[in-house]
Amino acid sequence: MPEFNPLYTALVIAAVVAGIQGYCAYLILGERLVAAWVQDRFGPNRVGPFGLLQPVADGGKMFLKEDVIPSHVDKIFFVAAPMVSFATAMLAIAVVPFGGTVAPFVPQADVAGFVAESQRVGQGFGYAVQPGLDIGILFVFAVGSLAPYGVILAGWSSDNKYSLLGALRASAQIISYEIPLGLSVVGAALFAGTFNLEGIIAWQNSGGHSWLIFTQPLAFLLFLVSVFAECNRLPFDLPEAEQELVGGYHTEYSNSMKLGLMLLSEYAHMLTVSLVMSAVFFGGWGLFGLESLVTNPTAGALLKLAILIGKMSAFAAFFLLVRWTIPRFRFDQLMGLAWKVMIPLATLHLLGVLLVREYDLPLPVLTVISAGLFVAGGVWTLLRAGGNNNAPRRRPDLILPNVPAGVTYIAR
Amino acid sequence: MPIADADVTWVAEPKLGLFENLYLPVLTGGLVTTVGHLFKRKVTESYPEQEPTLPPNYRGVHRLNRDADGRVKCVACYMCATACPAHCIDIVAAPAPEAWQKDGREKYPETFVIDELRCIYCGMCEEACPVDAIELTTLYDLTGASREQMIFDKEKLLSVFDETTKRGTDPVRTRRGELSVASDAPPGQ
Repeated sequence: MPEFNPLYTALVIAAVVAGIQGYCAYLILGERLVAAWVQDRFGPNRVGPFGLLQPVADGGKMFLKEDVIPSHVDKIFFVAAPMVSFATAMLAIAVVPFGGTVAPFVPQADVAGFVAESQRVGQGFGYAVQPGLDIGILFVFAVGSLAPYGVILAGWSSDNKYSLLGALRASAQIISYEIPLGLSVVGAALFAGTFNLEGIIAWQNSGGHSWLIFTQPLAFLLFLVSVFAECNRLPFDLPEAEQELVGGYHTEYSNSMKLGLMLLSEYAHMLTVSLVMSAVFFGGWGLFGLESLVTNPTAGALLKLAILIGKMSAFAAFFLLVRWTIPRFRFDQLMGLAWKVMIPLATLHLLGVLLVREYDLPLPVLTVISAGLFVAGGVWTLLRAGGNNNAPRRRPDLILPNVPAGVTYIAR
Repeated sequence: MPIADADVTWVAEPKLGLFENLYLPVLTGGLVTTVGHLFKRKVTESYPEQEPTLPPNYRGVHRLNRDADGRVKCVACYMCATACPAHCIDIVAAPAPEAWQKDGREKYPETFVIDELRCIYCGMCEEACPVDAIELTTLYDLTGASREQMIFDKEKLLSVFDETTKRGTDPVRTRRGELSVASDAPPGQ
């Protein structure tokens, strides 16, 4: 990996932080535009050409607004919460590689060749804040699971029942969905033999392997669903369900930059998981060999960056569209989905991966196992629930006569 | 009174088959709907650039109509002021000038003032007017810098007539007889 160079690292940090924030600002504009288009409206189109300067206006507004701290809140934690949220969201991006930083994960003839290759790469530019971190995905998950702290701090310090409820929901939800999230990438790590994101990308794009979405579609599905819950995106946006909780954990935050940081960190979190999804399941900067056609190092790096960002943008667009497609889950449905469906499925899927890995079965077998488990899950639900998961618990023929209105249960 | 059992229909949810229990096919259908809406024609009117097309019976700002000679058509009969539920019309009548008298005009409004802020735009004045002198136009973007500016006098109301007829958006809505129905001979004579 490249030698540590404070100047390079500072440059990369500046570029990544600025890039992610700019992208988030436009992602928020995209969110508003998609929201409007789906409802057959125009959306923000007044500031600048096609409304493209709207994020600048929004950001300016947030910075210039009076920063109100209600008198009843715990001031230290109230102020610390947005910082924690934002810091954790930005920290997870540190290990995401935007270009090759380590020697390619291919066998070398001898040690001298490996050393020479490492030195060659070491003289190049580090395309990540922390290049070549071997615990890559684990770091992303570890930092990502710090995100509830910002939410809980906000909810607890606000001294408001809605904020607290939102914070509790967020923590319960994120902790539950971290399990299938973690289990679903173990399969990727088992095949690539490393947690290093670059290693996983390299494995998918070399040696006749295909992207992991093709060999482990169920793992990708579980990861995707968990990620929606991790990011508090609809259909799992219960922590900030407006209809029930006013604003959720950020109810007490006035529309100043503290709220801005909260929202920004949510969108940054989305981008992080989109990047991880692209890297782990969609071959990172690989695009069916297209990226290796360009031999010029600079142009090649730019092309890889463009491919990676393109994949990330596709996921971001998917996030925006799903928001207007699936209605919000009830909280028991949310928990049931995590514990009764996704964790068993993820465990079984991991078992399938282990079997294929242990007996060196061809990879298409894993695709069949993965898809078969998904269909089997549907059949199981069908058989067990008798076809209707949402049957009313209160059958009309069981209601006793002369029961006052509103009484739905009588012990017998 | 409780609802009779016979009147209650219990609706069971449709049974979910394997297709629905797999979720994904159904969700894909939902996504197709969502994406379809992205490209649909938008229903929003971009107001300042795109003026709405209003129905011809829209009730906007009032105007005082002129007759063929360009004189105010109003005969100061107070029918509109009487009909007005908001009491926003104030008329001072005066004997019509000599030249008008030979056309059968006895009175004319010396002043005719409508408080546009008090008006509720119900159109009762238009209906009450026997000579089709007061009408509501399709002017809807009525603004003023002060309350005084929103009190329209006779000249202002006549200028609204000139403006709207010149634009062609608001033709005179009713025209019956020389001075409308009031000047017509009763039926059968």
